[in-house]
Amino acid sequence: MRNLAIALRMLRRNAHSGEARVLAAALLVAVASVTTVGFFADRVQAALDRQAGELLGGDLVVRADHPVPPAFLERARAEGLATATTATFPSMVAGEGGTSLAEIRAASAGFPLRGRLRVADAPGGAERELAAAPAPGTVWVAPALVERIGARVGQRVRVGNANLAVAAIVTREPDSVLDYFGLAPRVLMNEADLAATGLVQVGSRITWRLLLAGEPGSVARYRAAMQPRVARGERLEGPRDSRAEVRVALERAHRFLGLASLLSVVLASVAVALAARRFSLRQTDAAAMMRCLGAGQADILAIHAWQFLALAAAGCVAGTLAGYGAQAALGHWLSGFFSVALPPPGPRPAVQGAAIGLVLVLGFTLPPLLRLRGVPTLRVLRSDLAVAEPSAVLAYGLGLASLAGLVVWQAGDAKLGAIALSGFAAALAVTALAGYALIRALGRLRAGASGPWRYGLANLRRRTASSLVQVMALGVGLMAMLLLTLVRTDLVAKWQKAMPADMPNRFAINIQTDQLPAVRAYFGGLGLATPDLYPMVRGRLVAIGAREVSPASYQDERARRLVEREFNLSWAEKARADNRLVAGSWWPPGRPAPQFSVEEGIAKTLGIRVGDTLAWDVAGSRFEAPVTSLRKVDWDSFKANFFVIASPGVLEGYPASWITSFHLPAGREAVVDRLVARFPNVSVIDLTAIMDQVRRITDQVSRAVEFVFLFAIAAGVVVLFAAITSTQDERVFEAAVMRTLGASRRQVALAQLAEFACIGLLAGAIAAAGAVALAWVLADRVLGVPYEFDWVVPVAGLLAGGAGVALAGLAGTRRAVSSPPLAAIRSLG
Amino acid sequence: MNANDGTVATAPVIVRAEGLTKQVSTPDHDLVIVREASFGVAAGESVAIVGASGSGKSTLLGLLAGLDVPTAGRVWIDGEDLFAQDEDGRARLRGRLVGFVFQSFQLLPALTALENVMLPLELAGAADARSRAAEVLGQVGLAERLGHYPRQLSGGEQQRVAVARAFATHPKLLLADEPTGNLDSATGAQVIELLFRMNRERGTTLVLVTHDEALAGRCDRRIAIHAGVVSS
Ligand SMILES: Nc1ncnc2c1ncn2[C@@H]1O[C@H](COP(=O)(O)OP(=O)(O)O)[C@@H](O)[C@H]1O
Ligand SMILES: [Mg+2]
Repeated sequence: MRNLAIALRMLRRNAHSGEARVLAAALLVAVASVTTVGFFADRVQAALDRQAGELLGGDLVVRADHPVPPAFLERARAEGLATATTATFPSMVAGEGGTSLAEIRAASAGFPLRGRLRVADAPGGAERELAAAPAPGTVWVAPALVERIGARVGQRVRVGNANLAVAAIVTREPDSVLDYFGLAPRVLMNEADLAATGLVQVGSRITWRLLLAGEPGSVARYRAAMQPRVARGERLEGPRDSRAEVRVALERAHRFLGLASLLSVVLASVAVALAARRFSLRQTDAAAMMRCLGAGQADILAIHAWQFLALAAAGCVAGTLAGYGAQAALGHWLSGFFSVALPPPGPRPAVQGAAIGLVLVLGFTLPPLLRLRGVPTLRVLRSDLAVAEPSAVLAYGLGLASLAGLVVWQAGDAKLGAIALSGFAAALAVTALAGYALIRALGRLRAGASGPWRYGLANLRRRTASSLVQVMALGVGLMAMLLLTLVRTDLVAKWQKAMPADMPNRFAINIQTDQLPAVRAYFGGLGLATPDLYPMVRGRLVAIGAREVSPASYQDERARRLVEREFNLSWAEKARADNRLVAGSWWPPGRPAPQFSVEEGIAKTLGIRVGDTLAWDVAGSRFEAPVTSLRKVDWDSFKANFFVIASPGVLEGYPASWITSFHLPAGREAVVDRLVARFPNVSVIDLTAIMDQVRRITDQVSRAVEFVFLFAIAAGVVVLFAAITSTQDERVFEAAVMRTLGASRRQVALAQLAEFACIGLLAGAIAAAGAVALAWVLADRVLGVPYEFDWVVPVAGLLAGGAGVALAGLAGTRRAVSSPPLAAIRSLG
Repeated sequence: MNANDGTVATAPVIVRAEGLTKQVSTPDHDLVIVREASFGVAAGESVAIVGASGSGKSTLLGLLAGLDVPTAGRVWIDGEDLFAQDEDGRARLRGRLVGFVFQSFQLLPALTALENVMLPLELAGAADARSRAAEVLGQVGLAERLGHYPRQLSGGEQQRVAVARAFATHPKLLLADEPTGNLDSATGAQVIELLFRMNRERGTTLVLVTHDEALAGRCDRRIAIHAGVVSS
């Protein structure tokens, strides 16, 4: 406690020093950035989930092949969640114009909990949005049924034994796009009429759903509580379990935000390390004096540790407040872009931010603290006495270890964390080596240089160690900033490219093989591009190699779900340009031996490797063939894609239907009506709702990314400042000596400018190279975006590094140039 | 050299050096800075260590305070073997028994005059550090300057704060390395006055390194050092 009192007293004065301010500022930025991103990501994630929930009809859905057990409903009531139920099943419906297979959905009051239905009085008529189910005794039907069975508004249709009145034409359901394969036209009815249909019997193929909606916290608790109680035939689905397009967009957004705040933390740690070291250097004499006055090593450690902790506490509190304020401002600014209100943030980010501040302080101030502890007392007599430096292994090992912990925690994703961290460690090592080599090489140029450059280069070399620290810190700082710029630019560009205006927005499915020429001609005749048509055969995976496949053989829920269902198999002669081979090779043209190409993700989920033989059951017959390649598929391209493609000649004998996607320009909806009228077996699925959703997510996230990016920049500026001020004392003294010897201010300034320019250029070069390499790895491995090299950013980084560091350096050491030499010598000598 | 050779022959020996040697290795040769110094100082005595610049005075003083470790030899302070202890043990012993005054004052710039004087008291765990520090500062004539930082004080005032700091814990032994070296003669005289007053009033043993003849003359005894070799 007495040490605490001494520490606080010393801090009162030390807090005004540059290094204490840098330390506090670095912590403030780190904590603010982590909490802002945390708070904000919490809210945006919740809002995005909720928006995505509109596609699901609720925030969470319990889906079962039997009535959902009451426990699920009871728990939902206990959590205060809103609920609705639906039952869907295929059945024939009869109108006065005929009969048709339809997909019946019986919904309870309250459906849909999220999102809206769109209804009209007649196909193509004025549409209105509703958040309700049909009243008892009535149905809403899909436009196709008007044509097929004459189910116009006011007419009656039979569903099983029930006779119901058509009250509206339903053109869009929130969740209709979720299951678009093999979907018959919709008939929406009220749950109250379900019994009257007589269709609910043992053995009927009914899918029961319990829809849930509520606060994100309650939903998460519900999910955690109920997940273990999910029995066979039951399943919990959240927005991210639904459409691949939405899931991919959400995950990518989350990763980028995580990465951005992570880099702020990495940058802040560099600044903290630099500032703590300078703090320690400046406290050396005080520590020696205290030893002389009887302080033990433990006292020295405690007195300085308390000072760091007090600074850390201040930085963390200020950072958390700043983070809260920033996210509130950001939330306000962004609220206009969200279709739902941003939910308030939870407390977790505040805790996380404070913890990160603490870990940073502990990890990066301990080596300088230990150094102070070992200050020789004799320094009070001989101030030139060197202080034993703690081992580099300890200093960097500890810092990196704490950073590793932070990274994994903050990224919440071991892979991203590992890549970012090993990248950072490698960057440090490479930076150190490259920096050292460059400094030595530049030093040798000195003879050829003139005036200030010679002085600058001489200094650079004489101060090899501290120049190296500066080059490394600035290099890593610039690298992080460049990396974010590169990744962000790529990401946003890729997102925009991924959603071109003429992107397919309709799927047409169930086209029969003999209709192909007619369908092609139909599109051609309308002046629309002839769409690519892909064959599709449904089959069940029965074995991988010698291993029989059943849901029970997988732990992973997604894997179970996959093998439970039938796959849509396709065949193709040539590899598609938009599928990239990642392993093996594509089959030769002509009639190759039977073989498969499998999508990379599913191969991983199911444990399929190139060379494995897959056995399939298609329409009751079994056949097998080896896997010869793995493909990467752009799931957000909105094109028909297949997990498994067979070589030509394997599947042609089985009954196939064809699928295509095409872009339907706005205002030409009649095309679809006529297509369906001409080919009644064909179903056309409207993807515009889901595309709007993905586009909105992309827009919002791009904006959030810009904002979070600012924090990384702020952290970079703090690093810059910390690095530049790290040699300030020496510079002030040298400048004073130079001026005493007759150098003009201009000459002193130029010499410093030259030295900083060299440091900046070295740092910029290293940063540019490192950022490009890291961006490539990240884009390819983590964000799933193809990397395209672009000269502009690295070159700009290099130049900005050189010029920026030179100018900032000059500004930072203005005192060295402008203060009277005598004062400088006296205060430091 | 004999410990009982001073003027206060009957008083107990407060500091005793035996065969004290400090040798350092420089790139080209080995340098003996202090060679086999043996002497004693009795309690209450005042001793001046005199010698030319570079003769090894500061090194010797530093060894007596345990600020540095000798190559050979031993030092006892108040009967305790200084170098039988570890670094922290020596620090505690200094905190208890030894005060130090430097040529360049060595006040902590982050602390006020009062806080500088409180520091050794607090390190020793004194409960009434503040009032005792204020009292000592009053005794050196700085009662009005308690809240000032070192930068706001003149050289003489800073050295008086340093003296107050050295005496605050009532050490039995006070070591001073050219305490007036950075001061003009009038200010230096004030500081000398202060040191001898404390020596008289509290019976503190004084060991001073000095160039200043006037100062050396006021001491009970001199120890001369020449190229590391002590003679009296
Ligand atoms: N650690 C050391 N390494 C090398 N030389 C030293 C060391 N300590 C002291 N010296 C040298 O020993 C000599 C005596 O130093 P010092 O005790 O400071 O002398 P004084 O205080 O009498 O002027 C000087 O020449 C000094 O440079
Ligand atoms: Mg000396």
